[in-house]
Amino acid sequence: MAVGVGILGSGNIGTDLMYKVLRNPHLHLRMLAGIDPASEGLARARALGVPTSTAGIDAILADPEIRIVFDATSAHAHLKHAPLLKEAGKLAIDLTPASVGPPVVPAIPRPEDAWPDNISMATCGAQATVPIVYAIGRAAAVDYAEIVATIASKSAGPGTRQNIDEFTVATARALERVGGAARGKAIIILNPAEPPIMMTNTIYALVPSVDEKELAGSVEAMVQEIQRYVPGYRLKVPPLVADAPGGDGRLVTVMLEVEGAGDFLPRYAGNLDIMTAAAVRVAEQLAASGRAAA
Amino acid sequence: MPQDGTQAAGAAGQQPRITLVDVSLRDGSHAVGHQFTSDQVARVAAALDRARVPVFEVSHGDGLGGSSLQYGFSREPDMEWLRAAVQNAPNTRVSVLLLPGIGTRRELRQAVELGATVARIATHCTEADIAPQHIALAREMGMTVCGFLMMAHMLPPAELARQARIMEDAGAHVVYVVDSAGALLVEEARERVQALRDALQCEVGFHGHNNLGLGVANTIAALEAGATWLDGSLCGLGAGAGNTQLEVLAAVLDRMGIDTGVDVYGVMDAAEEVVKPILPRPIVIDRDALVIGYAGVYSSFLLHARRAAERFGVEARDILMELGRRRTVGGQEDQIIQVAYELAQRSGARTGP
Repeated sequence: MAVGVGILGSGNIGTDLMYKVLRNPHLHLRMLAGIDPASEGLARARALGVPTSTAGIDAILADPEIRIVFDATSAHAHLKHAPLLKEAGKLAIDLTPASVGPPVVPAIPRPEDAWPDNISMATCGAQATVPIVYAIGRAAAVDYAEIVATIASKSAGPGTRQNIDEFTVATARALERVGGAARGKAIIILNPAEPPIMMTNTIYALVPSVDEKELAGSVEAMVQEIQRYVPGYRLKVPPLVADAPGGDGRLVTVMLEVEGAGDFLPRYAGNLDIMTAAAVRVAEQLAASGRAAA
Repeated sequence: MPQDGTQAAGAAGQQPRITLVDVSLRDGSHAVGHQFTSDQVARVAAALDRARVPVFEVSHGDGLGGSSLQYGFSREPDMEWLRAAVQNAPNTRVSVLLLPGIGTRRELRQAVELGATVARIATHCTEADIAPQHIALAREMGMTVCGFLMMAHMLPPAELARQARIMEDAGAHVVYVVDSAGALLVEEARERVQALRDALQCEVGFHGHNNLGLGVANTIAALEAGATWLDGSLCGLGAGAGNTQLEVLAAVLDRMGIDTGVDVYGVMDAAEEVVKPILPRPIVIDRDALVIGYAGVYSSFLLHARRAAERFGVEARDILMELGRRRTVGGQEDQIIQVAYELAQRSGARTGP
């Protein structure tokens, strides 16, 4: 049976999530809750027959059938929502930069019983690059991973712009905690070119040594895994291996591009699409794990 | 006018209207592949102090936290360079550069603890609204804050002025027109500075590169249009064909009868005796540096493009022109690898070691 889910926040992210949840046979969208009666997202939901509310978190808390809640509001709001959702026994999937719960990347396997009740989707940069670091790590020990996420200016909302330090810090932490790198560093660049560029990501990893065939296979397998929920996720430059600067060990370089599904957000906004797609994938995994039935 | 700092750089009682800023130890970091030693930093800092240069900047070329595989690892941590600089320049204010998205407020706090009193917060010219967090913190800590609008040739004057307003509103004491690509023609530099001068209450700065041979000329045009903070570097040590050559600028300003407080012989000596011996190569407008100005790409791409050209068996000039066509911005050094890889695939050249 499909698991009841609610979406908090009726902005671009909440609206895009709505389209993805409605398509998913394992999830049943019980409500899109916002706070702005004039919100375009709420109007779209009503037109699609999705129950809506302008009571925000209160409306979500009032429905006991909602087991999983996507929070697409703001970091500030999520800090208030998190304890309320926990108290109500609901599982939170946090798309804000609040980082209340541990970061989760759905393409990376995790033990069935290890699901926390608050899951952070970390950042778009993390969702795009951490799996590749993990894949490199299957072929070699990653001493240091560094990623560069370049996104179209138009796809960077005020949340990203006002919290750019939080973005780099949270992404670096995810490279270590989820990707398995001993040390991580993240850089984000906004590019205003018209027409807007696709999200592009570069992953650099320093490893002592690596079997290039095994590396290529591992990265390719991971790309295919991510394509199951982000069809526009593509390798642009397959793993290149060179001597590390300074001569000690090897430098692995991988480059990829993320084109969005264009559900609600424009196709160039792959950075936003990978967040909503990954969040829905996590909800699906929660549903399958039985964790959401508790 | 700002209360704190921007006019505090002169000798006792004397308030030079023009503030010269040396960037040899920051933009110059690009030219030496970020391989300065603390000892070199100490010697340059002391020479600048002796020459009464009011402000100089010390950081990785891409700012605090720039040490990376993307831009090149620093030989020593930024903070070691900063310590050496502050210790050897008792009369000079030391600046640090920070690019939001690369460095964070954490590094800015560390820099203040070590004695930095000027912060330059740099964004691509269309992205000023990623800087307010950092500008606000720098102000809170009592620093003189400059907003640094990079790649200013990519935006028309009126739009550039709108971005500058965001930085001024966030608390910047000075907002710079930064010709990162050394692509501005004299009239274009003048128009941009003029637009900022008309739109802002705060001071306006200009940071030039010499890729089209216009470093000093553009800086003088900026001065005439109302810029009061002017950047340069000793021997022009900087990315691409280098920066506006500081000792030349100081001499020209002196000939123009403008008192900057800087000792013209002092900067000549600093350039000749301290910086010239450590130049890794002559800072000249060679073919690739010229192409950077001509194509309008970020000056620090120069050495990265040369390395990628060698690695992938393609021509640096072709890489740089393609980067210009793709409208890359500062910091996108990874695109150099992607473009070189694609050019090599297309031409059937070897795909690199």
